Amino acid sequence: MVQVYNISIFTENHIGILNRITIIFTRRHMNIESITASESELKGIYRYTIVVKTTESQVKKVVGQIERQVDVLKAFYHDDSQVVYQEIALYKIPTDTFMNGGSETIVRAHSARILSMEVGFTIIEKTGQPEELQKLFDELEPFGVLEFVRSGRVAISKPMKTLESYLAEM
Amino acid sequence: MNTIRGAEAVMKSLVAEKVDTIFGYPGGAIMPIYDALYDFKDEVRHILVRHEQGAIHAAQGFARTSGKVGVCFATSGPGATNLITGLADAMIDSTPVVCITGQVASHLLGTDAFQETDVIGISMPVTKWNIQVTRAEDIADAIAKAFYIAASGRPGPVLIDITKDAQFGMVDFQYTPCQSIRSYRPHPVMNDTQIQEAVALLNSAQKPYLLVGQGIVLAEAQAELKAFVEKSGIPVASTLLGLGALPVDHPQYVGYLGMHGNYAPNILTNECDVLLAIGMRFDDRVTGDVNRYAKQAKVIHIDIDAAELNKIIPATVAIHADAKDALSALTQQIEENSHGKWLQQFKELRQVEEQEVIQEAVHPTSEALKMAEVVQLLSDKTNGDAIVVTDVGQHQMIASRYYEYKGYRNNITSGGLGTMGFALPAAIGAKLGNPSKTVVAIIGDGGFQMTIQELGTILQAKVDVKILILNNNFLGMVRQWQQLFFDRRDSFTEIVNPDFVQIAKGYAIEATKITEREALSGALDAFLNSKEAYLLEVVVEQEDNVFPMIETGASVADIRLN
Repeated sequence: MVQVYNISIFTENHIGILNRITIIFTRRHMNIESITASESELKGIYRYTIVVKTTESQVKKVVGQIERQVDVLKAFYHDDSQVVYQEIALYKIPTDTFMNGGSETIVRAHSARILSMEVGFTIIEKTGQPEELQKLFDELEPFGVLEFVRSGRVAISKPMKTLESYLAEM
Repeated sequence: MNTIRGAEAVMKSLVAEKVDTIFGYPGGAIMPIYDALYDFKDEVRHILVRHEQGAIHAAQGFARTSGKVGVCFATSGPGATNLITGLADAMIDSTPVVCITGQVASHLLGTDAFQETDVIGISMPVTKWNIQVTRAEDIADAIAKAFYIAASGRPGPVLIDITKDAQFGMVDFQYTPCQSIRSYRPHPVMNDTQIQEAVALLNSAQKPYLLVGQGIVLAEAQAELKAFVEKSGIPVASTLLGLGALPVDHPQYVGYLGMHGNYAPNILTNECDVLLAIGMRFDDRVTGDVNRYAKQAKVIHIDIDAAELNKIIPATVAIHADAKDALSALTQQIEENSHGKWLQQFKELRQVEEQEVIQEAVHPTSEALKMAEVVQLLSDKTNGDAIVVTDVGQHQMIASRYYEYKGYRNNITSGGLGTMGFALPAAIGAKLGNPSKTVVAIIGDGGFQMTIQELGTILQAKVDVKILILNNNFLGMVRQWQQLFFDRRDSFTEIVNPDFVQIAKGYAIEATKITEREALSGALDAFLNSKEAYLLEVVVEQEDNVFPMIETGASVADIRLN
């Protein structure tokens, strides 16, 4: 069954490791829905969240081939029910429509934040799941959205084992 | 402190890794390293090849026969890209190789400088690990890691790209061999419970069957394999790269697996009740249609690479372990058995293959010489103990079928990648890695011309390689497929060849051509008894086919005899 899988990868901070990881998806003709990377709770260890739509048998093999890479410490996959995940979106809208047209009510109703307000434009930020971010976009659109950008997903798995405990086992 | 140039640090690091042979080709971006090499001529033998692909295939042949890491040098740009085929070959066949490439100076990286290419990017999918070094002080550590990674776990190729300024830079040299890398665990911890599960399955099996691959050779587990096989009584079949892991004349050895393998080991794959696979990866050329592969059997798969487990064939028990450790543990716990009736089934089917295929192949009634009779006679005359390096195609399958590999690490071929042009340079490396052995390169007329320039390396380095050309004036394997599956439309498979004897003589290599059966034995004697390199061209039947054969998409049980 094809479904969304969240792949978490922990790597050393070496040049080219992202390329080594993405090659594994390319070889299997698998599209990456989103990808984010940042330093993890352990200094010098980077954490990637990669979202793919595929079957469990495929994701299992891909994760095995990722983990085989010399500079990869550990890789996991989880379906959506096993993770808590969020994305962040920024919306740039004209300040005058924001002030006059009632979009302020919409922003409040969505628990979005105003990041910056200038004479010409206002930047709104919202964190949530993709559907929520899209819903705010749809409601702001009649007032004119100058720019819209959405991040990739970040996800944390519900199982409790920490990266440190895996490292200790190595 | 010992302050030296980066280039000298390269040489000292290699010497610290006990490197005594390097295959390479100089060029602009690697000149400082070649300059440093000049001072190490007494410690390190450099073999000047004629093309960088030759360098890496030679390094592969060297590694495969010696068990050491093969090393090659190439310059930036085209020098580096010429290594790619060999890297891909070494990657898929798990061959430990370290390639050092020169690179443009670091301030020029990314600017499309002369002979600049992104070799790190290009080689990434075909290396186990690679690294670009831009500072002299990072050279020793990069080389230490490279050797450790190339040789440990499932071996593979590593590439180090060193910018010219790093080669010229000064460094306080100190070399510490690498013994561990935090993110890399090459030595799996074997799970004893799984071994017990495997033993329980094997002890209760009526028709257990063992498949072995190159993992046995890489783990140097031949003795452990023999002990396990003889105690358990289990029949053993081999993959292409596993040939010789158990001597071919061992009474429990039942043959060679896969598309052009033997009849019994393929058919009975679908009759065994427990299939034990060690150090092999269920390549599609071995399995045929996976949906009709050993479905009746409980599968025990043992491999050092966890990513191979459950990749192609789901395993009842998947054991992430080194073959040597696993075999020792299995032998301790396995019950003694003989499985005589089961082994008899293999022998009966072997008789069928003898009658239908082998008899005609080795004692042909045809006027023209057949590849199999040439290989069979070579096998007899060398007692199965020569290092046989094969290229890719019909002759390769024939050699795998009819050469009786009995020696240690004496089967060198391009298995996973199927690289035509592999054999000639790989044979050069094989001879240099194992000088006391007779090295025979069996090559088709097509593949020979893909790296024919390496005759120059043989000439210059005086390498005693016996070159056996099986010439059918066709790209024979493709022609066979055209005959069987493309209505005999021989699209561009007929090949007009030069006079190979004249070419060899141009390189001062003794050479003979034979066309008649009567001349074969004497010609092989002269070939094998020669004290230096020798080329023997044997003109064989033009349109001969390799059988048995499992057609693409067919089941192993549907193997055809003709």
